[in-house]
Amino acid sequence: MSASLDPSLDAMPGTVFSTRNAFVAAVLVALALLPLYSLATGDTFVLTLFTRVLILAIGAVSLNLIMGYGGMVSFGHAAYLGIGGYAVGILAKEGVASGLVQWPVAIAASALYALAVGALSLRTRGVYFIMITLAFGQMIYYVAIGLDRYGGDDGLTIYKRSNFGGVIDLNNKTVFYYLCFAILLASIYFVFRLVNSRFGLVIRGARSNERRMRAIGFPTFRYKLMCFVIAGALCGLAGTLLANHTNFVSPAMMHWTRSGDLIVMVALGGLGSLFGPVIGAVTFLLLEEGLSRLTEYPNLILGPVLLLVAIYLHGGIEGLLGGRRRG
Amino acid sequence: MLYFIEQCLNGVQLGMLLFLLAAGLTLVFGIMDLVNLAHGSLYMLGAYFAATFAVLTGSFVLAVILAVLGSFIVGMVLEVVAIRRLYETDHLNHVLGTFGLLLFFNELVRLIWGPAGLTLTLPTQMLTAVQIIPGVYYPIYRLVIILATLAVAGLLYVVVMRSRLGMLIRAGASNREMVGALGVNIKLLYTLVFGLGAALAGFAGVMQAPILTVQIGMGENILILAFVVIIIGGIGSIRGAFVAAIIVGLIDTVGRAFLPDLLHRVLSTNAAQTLGPSLSSMLIYMLMATILVFRPEGLFPAASR
Repeated sequence: MSASLDPSLDAMPGTVFSTRNAFVAAVLVALALLPLYSLATGDTFVLTLFTRVLILAIGAVSLNLIMGYGGMVSFGHAAYLGIGGYAVGILAKEGVASGLVQWPVAIAASALYALAVGALSLRTRGVYFIMITLAFGQMIYYVAIGLDRYGGDDGLTIYKRSNFGGVIDLNNKTVFYYLCFAILLASIYFVFRLVNSRFGLVIRGARSNERRMRAIGFPTFRYKLMCFVIAGALCGLAGTLLANHTNFVSPAMMHWTRSGDLIVMVALGGLGSLFGPVIGAVTFLLLEEGLSRLTEYPNLILGPVLLLVAIYLHGGIEGLLGGRRRG
Repeated sequence: MLYFIEQCLNGVQLGMLLFLLAAGLTLVFGIMDLVNLAHGSLYMLGAYFAATFAVLTGSFVLAVILAVLGSFIVGMVLEVVAIRRLYETDHLNHVLGTFGLLLFFNELVRLIWGPAGLTLTLPTQMLTAVQIIPGVYYPIYRLVIILATLAVAGLLYVVVMRSRLGMLIRAGASNREMVGALGVNIKLLYTLVFGLGAALAGFAGVMQAPILTVQIGMGENILILAFVVIIIGGIGSIRGAFVAAIIVGLIDTVGRAFLPDLLHRVLSTNAAQTLGPSLSSMLIYMLMATILVFRPEGLFPAASR
């Protein structure tokens, strides 16, 4: 994978008024105004759909941090969605409904798991790394199937959403939507600050040429591991939101093909671009939804579309809009 | 003890199956440097072909031959139409493109054969069990799987190590440009190798078809096991894949059969029941993690990499 010569160009494009920026701004404004549309028309389905879009976009943002900026193609990212979700589900079943307990536990559990997987898989690179993260992700899937007390294969229904003592009512659809939107924007800002910090420069340097980074004295393994853990924790947070959204967790949400969906979102939007994952998540989920309304066999079209993207559209949609170019 | 022998044989049988899948994957990776997530789809297609041809021809043996041939042809067509265009891109795009193919094949199967699964009934003479050692009866068909796979593994060894095609394959794995420069039609070689991998995957699917339900997505979970085999064995090494496949098959099968009992002796019944199923499915991944700590390149790293 080739990278642009000047890494500082990666995060922000040079000009403010470009097609790409206008497009991103339009998408964000549309997302911000969506609940108003839903209230005006009484169409709650669109709100439910887009809440899911926002949550998976947070997952995609976290994957983009390691995959786009760090060059680590992790194929087990859905595991964190599952761990975050199961933390909420298991605590709720055991009678702990407070979000102030559930959410930190979910994030900590995801971070710990990412630490273990990262410490093992970052010893390798390239295809090995893809396969190992894939295998560990699938391990968690089987562990969840084995959890008989928590539903096993059938999954676990969550009867009460996380309780924040009346400050934020997650049962209100509009409130929940805006919470997800706020967390998405916050995570994008967080990634922006992170990749432009000294830490982020080391991560991006390691993607371009790890040997050179080590030669000038950076312990790149530790930096990459830290980045991997941060991404895992962020995706665990998305998992808590997803569990609260669907009121249900099941092993199926961690199946490796769900990790594939997240990879598709990031690659479709544009690798290593701040808003790419959001555009990718919106595009992918709308494409899925639209095609399944159009035909009984949506993946007959979606599959070849992904193949064409892989062959021809390497910069993703961001690249198409002229945001940035990548070999 | 007798139960243990039976479980070991089941483990070997799973191992042989994993070898068929892993050999195709590692061959394609070693030579074309391609990560193929649609490999499991070829396994699924093999099983569907076998079930269909068995009904059409009424002969099990003929169904096996036609299904393997069908997978070989599908593999080559797939390579020419789509896979070929992915070689020049990076691994992420391989993953993305072949993931798209996986979605496509699942849907195609649903369109052609419908959402319900198929079953493949064996000829009656394969349904009985034989006494392999005094007191141990084992289903004939499972023995057939082990022997047929061993034969295929032997054949693969001969082809790769002793034939002209195998020489080109090995040369292609160590230096593709040079092989091309020496006047070998490298495009044709790639198509053949991909077809060979597809045929191996299809054969695995055919062999499994009478034991499992032939259904959509049947190749997805076993594909990951094949990846675990490749990681343990070393990428690009067929010998490593063989050894690792048998280890993984044995540990997974025997672990699932005996670990819950072992836990019962150590822990309380309640804890053992909770932990048992999860822990036994984690065993092979723990093995993989251990190997990664001590030998990150796998047990038998291919010499050229």
